[in-house]
Formats: sequence, structure tokens, C-alpha cells
Amino acid sequence: MNFDWSWTLTWEIMPRLLWATANTLLAAGAGYAIALVGGLIFALAQRAAFGPIRWAVREFVEFIRSTPLVLQIFFVFYVAPQFGIQLSPWTSGLLAIGLHYSAYLSEVYRGGLEAVPRGQWEACRAINMSARDTYFRIIIPQALVPAVPGMGNYLVGILKDTPMLSVIGVMELMHAANSIGSEHYRYLEPFTLVGLIFFLISLPTAGLVKLLERRLRLGLGL
Amino acid sequence: MNVSKSYGKLNVIEHLNFDVAEGEMVSIIGPSGSGKTTVLRTLMTLETINDGVIYVEGKPLTHMAKGGVLVPADERYLRRMRTSIGMCFQSFNLFPHMTALQNCMEGPVQVLGLSKKEARERSEELLHMVGMIDKRGQHPSRLSGGQQQRVAIARALAMRPKVMLFDEVTSALDPEVIGEVTNVIRKLVTEHNLTMLMVTHQMGFARDISDRVCFFYGGKIEEQGTPHELFGSPQRERTKQFLSAVKEAV
Repeated sequence: MNFDWSWTLTWEIMPRLLWATANTLLAAGAGYAIALVGGLIFALAQRAAFGPIRWAVREFVEFIRSTPLVLQIFFVFYVAPQFGIQLSPWTSGLLAIGLHYSAYLSEVYRGGLEAVPRGQWEACRAINMSARDTYFRIIIPQALVPAVPGMGNYLVGILKDTPMLSVIGVMELMHAANSIGSEHYRYLEPFTLVGLIFFLISLPTAGLVKLLERRLRLGLGL
Repeated sequence: MNVSKSYGKLNVIEHLNFDVAEGEMVSIIGPSGSGKTTVLRTLMTLETINDGVIYVEGKPLTHMAKGGVLVPADERYLRRMRTSIGMCFQSFNLFPHMTALQNCMEGPVQVLGLSKKEARERSEELLHMVGMIDKRGQHPSRLSGGQQQRVAIARALAMRPKVMLFDEVTSALDPEVIGEVTNVIRKLVTEHNLTMLMVTHQMGFARDISDRVCFFYGGKIEEQGTPHELFGSPQRERTKQFLSAVKEAV
């Protein structure tokens, strides 16, 4: 076993890896944006007045949480075309990862919504607020604060799951490192750098989430 | 009219017939579990009733006429009827992410559709009335219990209800701040022509300001009368027991 780190190769592959980093960030960011909205829809649907909707969404969320992300990505990319839905790797990937994390975030939102005291709902009723205003002006702002730490965890989680998109050919970090490795017959440098890049992104994200939580608490006067 | 309410097998209110006249101040007293609070909660439509119909100003509150018969009211009907009723809670329930002023303005702007300017004027006037105008910019977490309850009263009044419900509004307060809340209610009684229903444990207060006092027991009105009658010469055994037990506790 010999350990020789090639700086020449490091500098040579750096631009490609940085380009792939941008793709990774884009995938994580766009996937997370889908999950933020999708998760809220799932969480609210599970409180719908109509029983069958509650049940269907509940089961759907459970199903997504109980099956592997990779399978869901394959499903959207390879199986959906059989039903006439042809999507690019990027679209399929974002859809799958966004949906997957929607299911997880809906649970975080649900916990936040349940943490809002019943008295808040009753106060809304006593001033005759509409259901929509009750949710969007009173309940959700309060539910968000306890939900932020959980939401932050899944932001780091989605970032670390973006390599799964390489299986359908999305040119993110892992995919780029793998190609570099097979072109140069060297894996040490690309994979080490990928690890380092992920670490350098994840670490400050966690700190930023903490900061956001504190800001939010202050901003809402809680 | 002949209202019943049960939670599962437990009957909280049994065939209650209870009338309140316009402008009347009625206090409801009684041991815990006697259904006092439930009466207010059904009036605010926070709870549905199992039997009977509640009328407000001659119109059914819990039911609506459909094809000549009364059916349970839908949300749209309830929202129309609820405009005439306001409520204050034992635990204040102010919106924690809004200042005192924003708490008061929220309903008038979002529900009544007032302009921000009108809502602000109305809210500031009410905050002034309850002695909280100096704290209008504070969030509830920075206010004492008595201060929060006074803001909550202003918030309810900002909707200009005809009927106000007070549900043990002093029970969660430290003894030394109870007076600041009761004084506000006293002011409402003397200066406004509101119909008020108050569930309370403050016997002296109930005696002072009520037109009528109702003693609840087992989901029914055991005895009622003017404060003078009820506190001065209670007729029923249970009323006597309750009043003497309360007196001992003081």
C-alpha cells in the first residue's frame, strides 16, 4: 500500500468538482424548496375535515417514508415513462427527492402544528377568523419555531442524499468524482475532495439553522 | 332552549333552559364540573351541543333553518352568527407573535375588513380604556397576567360584540392583579350596554356587579336570583353548602 497524493491531479480536477458542487447545491436547494411546500400541503391535508383525504395522505406519507429514496428515484425515471410520463434526469431527480423529503418535513410540520396550544385555535374562533387566516396568520407562524431545528436537519439530510441522483445520471458531485476516477484510474483525490466539500457545506448549514431559529424567535417576540 | 351536552357518556349539561336578557349581567357560579364553562363554550360555538337549540337575539345560533326545519348550522352560518359574541378565556390566549396593538387589530382588519387606520384607532381607544395604551407595542411574553387579560378584553371588544362571555378570567391571575381586571369589567357594566355572562369564583365580585347570579350544579341551574337573594338567603341546600364552603376558604 502506498500513499501518494497528487497535487497536480487535485488542481486539474478542481474546476470540474466545483462545477459539480454547483449542481449538488442546485439539486439540494430545489429539492428542498419542493419539500418545504409539499410537506406543508401533506401536513395540512392530514388535518382535513374530509376523512378519506386524511387517510389517503397519511398512508402515502407512510409509504414514502418506508421505502428507499433510490427506489423512488428509479421509479420516477424508469417506470413513469411506461405510463407516458417522460422526464429528464434532473426533473425526475428533483421530483423524487422533493417528494421524499416532503414526507419527512410533513411530520416535522405536524409536530409543530400540534405544539400550538388549543387556546390559540379557540381565540381565533372567538374573533370569528376564517380557517385560512387562522392557519396562515396565527397557527403556522407559531408552529414554525419549534419546527426549525427539524427542518434544518433535513436540509443537511437532503444535501447528503443528492449523490443518489447520480444513479440516473445527474451530474452532481458524486457522479463527477466517479467519472474522474475512472478516467484517471485514481480515486483517492476525487473522493477525498468530495468528502471535504460536503463537510464544508454541511457544517456551516447547521450553524445557520441555529441562527435562523434564534432570529425567528426574536422576530416573533417569543 | 332545552340544551344538552355530553362528552361520551358524561352529561355535562342536562336539559338546560337558560335565558339572558339584553344588557343583563349574569354571573355563573358553582363547583367545578358543574358545566359552567361548558355553557359559555357552547355559546361561543367552541363546542357543539347534542340536543336542543341555542338562540341569540331570537335567531338560532347552533342551528339554521333549511326547508322549514332546523338543522345543525354549517361553518358559514356559524361565522355570520358568531359576530355578535365575544369571549375572554382563563388563559388569555393572546397571539404570542403579535404586539398588544396587533392582537387587537387582527380581528377588525382580517375579519371585519376595516382599514388599518380605523382598526388602529378603535384598538388604541380600547387599549386606553383598559389602561394598556402604554404597552401597546409589547408582545404578550413581556406582559403580566393581569395586563395580558386586559389586552384580551380589548381584543374581544374590538369586534364590537353584543354579548361578552368571561370564562374565569381572573382564575389564572395572582391575587394582587385580580383587581385590575375586575375593574375593567366593572367599567364595562356601568358604561356600556353589553350583555354579559361571567363564570367566576370571585363571589364578592359577582355579588357587586351582577343583575342575576346562577348557581350551577350537575349541569343544571340549581338556584338563581338577584345577588341579594342568592347570597343573602339561598333556598336550596346545595347552594347553602357551596356558599358556606367558599366562605370558609376565604
